[in-house]
Amino acid sequence: MELKNVKIKGIANEDFNDNEYLEDYIKQIEASGVNLVFGKLDELINWGRSNSLWPLIYATSCCGIEFMATAAAHNDFSRFGYEVTRNSPRQADMMIVCGTLVHKMAPLIKRVYDQMAEPKYVVVMGACAISGGPFINSYHVVPGIDTIIPVDVYVPGCPPRPESLLYGLMQLQRKVKLEKFLGNKQR
Amino acid sequence: MEKIKKLILDTVKDAVIEEKQILTVTVSWDKLHLLAKTLKDNAELPFDFLVMLTGVDRGETLGVNYLISSSTDISVEVILKTDAADRENPLIYTVTDLYETAHLNEREAFALLGIRFINNPDMRRFFLNSDWTGFPLRKDYDPNPELNPVSIESKEIIDITPRIMEVDGKLVEDTANIFEADDYIINIGPQHPSTHGVMHFRTALDGEIIKKIDVHSGYIHRGIEKLSENLTYPQILHFTDRLDYLSANINRHGLCMCVEKAGEIEVPERAQYIRVIMDELQRISSHLLAWAAMTNDLGATTAFIYGMREREHILEIFDKTCGGRLIINQNVIGGVMFDIYNEFQQDVKAFIPYMREKLKEYDRFFSHNVIALGRMIGIGNMTKEETISYAVTGPAGRASGWSCDIRKHQPYSIYGQVDFKEVIRTEGDSYARYLNRLDEIEESLHIIEQLIDNIPAGEICAKTKAIIKLPVGEFYQRIETAKGEFGVFIESRGEKQPWRLKFRSPSMALVSIMPLICKDEKLSDFIGIGGSMDYVIPDIDR
Repeated sequence: MELKNVKIKGIANEDFNDNEYLEDYIKQIEASGVNLVFGKLDELINWGRSNSLWPLIYATSCCGIEFMATAAAHNDFSRFGYEVTRNSPRQADMMIVCGTLVHKMAPLIKRVYDQMAEPKYVVVMGACAISGGPFINSYHVVPGIDTIIPVDVYVPGCPPRPESLLYGLMQLQRKVKLEKFLGNKQR
Repeated sequence: MEKIKKLILDTVKDAVIEEKQILTVTVSWDKLHLLAKTLKDNAELPFDFLVMLTGVDRGETLGVNYLISSSTDISVEVILKTDAADRENPLIYTVTDLYETAHLNEREAFALLGIRFINNPDMRRFFLNSDWTGFPLRKDYDPNPELNPVSIESKEIIDITPRIMEVDGKLVEDTANIFEADDYIINIGPQHPSTHGVMHFRTALDGEIIKKIDVHSGYIHRGIEKLSENLTYPQILHFTDRLDYLSANINRHGLCMCVEKAGEIEVPERAQYIRVIMDELQRISSHLLAWAAMTNDLGATTAFIYGMREREHILEIFDKTCGGRLIINQNVIGGVMFDIYNEFQQDVKAFIPYMREKLKEYDRFFSHNVIALGRMIGIGNMTKEETISYAVTGPAGRASGWSCDIRKHQPYSIYGQVDFKEVIRTEGDSYARYLNRLDEIEESLHIIEQLIDNIPAGEICAKTKAIIKLPVGEFYQRIETAKGEFGVFIESRGEKQPWRLKFRSPSMALVSIMPLICKDEKLSDFIGIGGSMDYVIPDIDR
């Protein structure tokens, strides 16, 4: 498998930047060996999964509004299968964290993340969620969500434009398309 | 004002009265309640509107500033100041029996400064966890993160409040239960899509009828006021955008005006015009989002998409002007950062008839829908007295018959020169609030219409010094955002940073009245009422 063979609807392969992470990921998978039959089955399943990623919105502040703008008319991310935003963690495939995380909220995000069913992904949106952003020096702000839960995609900006969020979500689709759950011999 | 001064001196003989920007009265901590009560009961001009309650660390002592005003004429302002006698155990009498809005404000002062209020029935910390070490807004606060580490362990919520009551002239510390022992309690929030942010309502139910709501906040408390104390004035500006992000530009306008007033900076007229046009566009976009979110809360997902669609047109204008969509970084001290682009007037003029067309469409397909009406008319009623006592301003306050538009009563910038109607309804239910917003969009369009062709040529920003230092003093500024009255308080000690900066959040008043107006309503209507109030949580938590 090569990265350039991973096709994402609506964006050409050359338009993606920062591919090192995914290339390393492919090497890792190939090093452990892929079963031909199950590998193909994986591709079929991943095709379905990557085009119907249902997000759980964890919107705490400003970025949540840009998330809504991405979901609504004009940008409309349902074109890529993100249509069904879930409010229950048990029905969601991925969590989009939009906004600052503070001390009082830290136990709750961990709990919501734990309640999600595997396989699960986390997209963080905005400078606050990535690192604390403009509030990093505050007494009550957690400096980055990755100190609490693992993160798959970082979307920078304050707040990121809907286009940035869509790009981040497509990067996640690529990651999902590469995964091998059945075909990977080590599993 | 002479009458007020006489009344104050008749009530408290040793009150110190200073004629500053606003009449300032300093009294000792045990006399404050008496003075506030007298001013409130004053028949001629009742001071029944507590605009801002600000706890301040004055260095030697801890004190509280009360900015009070009258509901009959909200341009009349008096500041009451008092200091707690003891810094180790600061105590001040509560004013919650006079002003309902003081409940949450006093709890905030307790959480951030450690000032305890005697006779306040609920003295739990607002914003912070109950086991927080230290009081952040005190100048001697220890910011060492080891004292307050990030914990990911979920904690049990304890519904018992400490309080300090005066019984027969003696102070007694005791505890009280928030709920009754056999109450059935559910948590709405903190992460719930219809709470419009991360608010936590602990709700006691009787069947599907709401018995009592206990508001928990602080899930997005970023400590903006403390952060501001270490930043220069131009550096603070961007924080206001992240309070009520739907009124980002208007909030920032308020802070800029406060600094300009204190530093005596003259803003060029062109900048004033640009500011007001941007403010009104922002107000329309905020009301559109409020409308969209409310219809979504009532189950009309299509309407939500419609509202967001119209909003995109405004965001496009913002985007072309300054590159930002939601947070536009337009206002700076002395004027605006970016001039308008060449086709700005053309774009705005194209938007006005488009929006009018869409308002008719909204009216046709939602405002008279039988299901929608059933969920709005007569739901979430608040009377004018309650509105004033809870200091609920903005479209929600005006839906209960209270004329509280700062743009009308204390015209700032160029609002004195434009003609617009203050939208007032007297029903006080969800439907009145809903209609008020749609009518205010029309009024905003009317304001823009008057200004758009008359933008004068000239500078867009006054020349300011590289480092802006404000003279010693206390400065207040009130401004009308889409949600209600936003206030800025700056205490300056002549430095380039503020000694104390406080924002009055309109949303806090909107949330504080929720327990009252949701009582005895159905649980499902709680969501609709919340939508009609249109609060933004990061504005409350700051």
